[in-house]
Amino acid sequence: MQTTASPEVLSQNVLEVRNLNFYYGSFHSLKNINLDIQENSITAFIGPSGCGKSTLLRTLNRMYDLYPGQRAEGQIMFNGKNILDAKQDLNLLRARIGMVFQKPTPFPMSIYDNIAFGVRLYDDLSRSEMDDRVEWALQKAAIWNEVKDKLGQSGLSLSGGQQQRLCIARGIAVKPTILLLDEPTSALDPISTGKVEELVTTLKSDYTVVIVTHNMQQAARVSDFTAYMYLGDLVEFGETEQVFFKPKRKETEDYITGRFG
Amino acid sequence: MPDKHLSTQFDNELNGVSSRLMEMGGLVESQIQQAVYALSLFVENVADSVIENEHKVNAMEVEIDRELSSIIGRRQPTANDLRLLMALSKATANLERAGDEAAKIARMVKSIMARGGFRALPSSELRLATELASNLLRKSLDAFARLDTATAVTILKEDDLIDKEFDGFVRKLITYMMEDPRTISAGLDLLFVAKALERIGDHAKNIAELIIYIVKGEDVRHSSIEHIESTVQKV
Repeated sequence: MQTTASPEVLSQNVLEVRNLNFYYGSFHSLKNINLDIQENSITAFIGPSGCGKSTLLRTLNRMYDLYPGQRAEGQIMFNGKNILDAKQDLNLLRARIGMVFQKPTPFPMSIYDNIAFGVRLYDDLSRSEMDDRVEWALQKAAIWNEVKDKLGQSGLSLSGGQQQRLCIARGIAVKPTILLLDEPTSALDPISTGKVEELVTTLKSDYTVVIVTHNMQQAARVSDFTAYMYLGDLVEFGETEQVFFKPKRKETEDYITGRFG
Repeated sequence: MPDKHLSTQFDNELNGVSSRLMEMGGLVESQIQQAVYALSLFVENVADSVIENEHKVNAMEVEIDRELSSIIGRRQPTANDLRLLMALSKATANLERAGDEAAKIARMVKSIMARGGFRALPSSELRLATELASNLLRKSLDAFARLDTATAVTILKEDDLIDKEFDGFVRKLITYMMEDPRTISAGLDLLFVAKALERIGDHAKNIAELIIYIVKGEDVRHSSIEHIESTVQKV
């Protein structure tokens, strides 16, 4: 299937995926994906398990490079450069394109150091500048009020929802352009989920967010654009309102309405 | 909806509320038939029973709306499911209004009879408009049940016929009232009856528009018939 998808809105694309193919060994898991990610927008990838949505997310900052036998072909243009290029500096790339995972992954260190750790790798800040940066990131991630009196405590002492917002704060602290969220609320209760969703929508003014979610209602609630994937194909990509109200393709409609394909 | 959901319970709920709408439609049709029968033969007890039964139509509207809210709240429907539920809610409101019109006709029949002298009026001239209106409503409900957009378009065109019938009837009524001013009071009642029939046609038309909304995902209210036809033909 050849699906070139681009939402019909004039705006700046921050990422342009062209003819992307991905292989796990001999398994062809992304099939000729073409898609544009718009600046300061939230794009959601939805689809059943194994459809390739997490794989696609992981190509966007080359997280797959950590695993042998996995390779991507094609182009992902970011700031005029193809990030799939072998010469790409991966540490720099992952600072520009941050990622938050399904399960909260705070480092076994203090809340303060969880934020400061990544910043120290890229910036040489004075103590007071670092204090400001930590507070700024925790404020942005809407968790400052809950942790400001216990910055010296372990990040692991927080609740699951707080840990996830701490991880988002950590991602934000290095001031990335894009934040990739891989099912960020699937391990959280509804209240924490609500807080993370609220946070995601406020992040949009400063960042571009790409979110993978199993929860279709979540995609409908928070995203501006939705991509529906199935068996490694990008089936449909468009404005979320259109995709959830009047999908162009029957396969999309069957999936989002919960019908047998 | 031909394809089944993963949740058979959801299917049952959608089918259940759809058939409630059809049931309500059947009740409204029979109310219209009865009201018209009361008018053509001036049978007071039939008019009475139409007025008495109106509360059943109202109760069904409330019941269907309650079911719809419950489904929306629990299922968060999307795409064609969402459009179907929105359309069911609006169709219910239109049927309730059509039921009101039937009751209005019944009340006019009683009012005309109470005044006497009604035989001199051209009430039989309303037969065509009556048939057009009740056929149109039945047709729109049938088309709704089958999600038949082609029939929906023909309904939209037929509604114009009722409007023309109404205009013609008004002109005729005026000549009667000018000839014999004693018929003016009953004549005005008859005018309300004609208007009620015309409104029933409009409600049928609204329901037909909803069929296109469900199937095509496009809101065709207040658009030209040419635009609607091209929407329906779009693949």
